[in-house]
Amino acid sequence: MYVGRERPTGGFEVFAWFFMRISGVVLILLVLGHLAIMHVLNTVDEIDFEFVAARWGSPFWRTYDLVMLWLAWLHGLNGLRMVIDDYVHRKGWRAVTLTALALVGFVLLAMGTQIILTFEAPTSRVTAGLP
Amino acid sequence: MYRGREGMWSWILHRVTGLGILLFLAIHIVDIYLLGWPDVFNKLLFLYRHPVFRVAEVFLVAAVLYHALNGIRILLVDFWVEGTRLHRQIFWAQVVLFLLIWIPTSLLMLSPVVFGR
Repeated sequence: MYVGRERPTGGFEVFAWFFMRISGVVLILLVLGHLAIMHVLNTVDEIDFEFVAARWGSPFWRTYDLVMLWLAWLHGLNGLRMVIDDYVHRKGWRAVTLTALALVGFVLLAMGTQIILTFEAPTSRVTAGLP
Repeated sequence: MYRGREGMWSWILHRVTGLGILLFLAIHIVDIYLLGWPDVFNKLLFLYRHPVFRVAEVFLVAAVLYHALNGIRILLVDFWVEGTRLHRQIFWAQVVLFLLIWIPTSLLMLSPVVFGR
């Protein structure tokens, strides 16, 4: 008996099966660390633009956030793909939902990657447009 | 019998928490993208600072914690010889571990909301 999804026998599905498990283990460390720092030790009372700008001054946290974004987003998208596989059987609807998933998936991953890689802390509050 | 037992509930919860986390992650990517407009970013923070979100945030942590612990259980069943035989015991150990971590964490997170700073 399997508790998780039964291990597939070939092709992309085997890759996906292993990806879910490997990314899952890495994400446990990255996400629990992220939650502890950003939601428990600090809270939204402290976090604002200046907080994130200072944090992203460090290449370590940028890399951390980028790796976490890619793994979490792909892990989640593949999970939703399996949910669609389970519940959407009509051929037309499958094409529509899977295409929408791929499009939204690509756009949001591109947005997240762009802001992490290209964000530049403003040199002053004035250039940032802040009071 | 699979239906109605621990195996079914852990599976349903894994799905529901996974979908919930994915939805939040999508919103979170959009809010972080707004860092490109610092004044807009700071002005919209009132949404996340609202008490309703602070309570929702505690449930977000619950979803992540459950999904993480249940993920470990899935790995144990998939890769550990004894995992399949013990999967029910592992499930209940997971429930206890969840409560031991989540209850104090929630109190820590909500105390500034309830008592102020």
